[in-house]
Amino acid sequence: MHREISPGNPNPNPNPNSPMPGFCYFLHALARIQQDVAPQRSPGKKGRRIRRAAYASMAVAAAPRRMAWSRALLRRLRRRSASPRRKTITVTRKKTRTERQEDELRRLVPGGRRMDLCSLLEETGDYLQCLAAQVSLMQWVARSISE
Amino acid sequence: MSSRRTTGGRISEDEINELISKLQSLLPESRRRNMGRASAGKLLKETCSYIKSLKREVEDLSERLAALMSTMETDSPQAEIIRSLLR
Repeated sequence: MHREISPGNPNPNPNPNSPMPGFCYFLHALARIQQDVAPQRSPGKKGRRIRRAAYASMAVAAAPRRMAWSRALLRRLRRRSASPRRKTITVTRKKTRTERQEDELRRLVPGGRRMDLCSLLEETGDYLQCLAAQVSLMQWVARSISE
Repeated sequence: MSSRRTTGGRISEDEINELISKLQSLLPESRRRNMGRASAGKLLKETCSYIKSLKREVEDLSERLAALMSTMETDSPQAEIIRSLLR
């Protein structure tokens, strides 16, 4: 999976969509979580830590591509406390079904609210691929340690 | 969707349609089949549904990994697998 760094191939990671950086990050995070044998941790906490590690590793994997969703996700993860959401109520005309779907998509994609439609669609495609890759990675880890 | 105003007003309908068909190609085959004649609305709906199901999978897998890791003793072969992958 590694290629030589040469003038002809300055990028050691030939496939910018490769999950390699996120892969290592995720395994490191799992090892850290595993080594933390503080017995007072509730069982639910471990699952939540792993989930946070999963999203962090996705964002890390996407960072080289400078995706806005990756930056938004990292910002969200870094906020220790859950900051209260601004609940601004704006009265608009009744939305079409498509517009409501678009709103939902904006809620689902990190940073989606701030994007123009074109960017939202591009970012969604990338986010989808990263989510799917992360799921595959986690399935692989689960298989590896349960066999 | 074509009537939706965009902030810059510069994005053409062609560009939107191109992005939509690209997004459609990223959906798994099973979902694309269920869509039938793809409209922008259907695609957005299917995409939202797909994202939600992927997030649920991350959630479930996190719980599963937590359970698997809890039953691993620190010197088990499984722990060794994780450690060896990091070398």
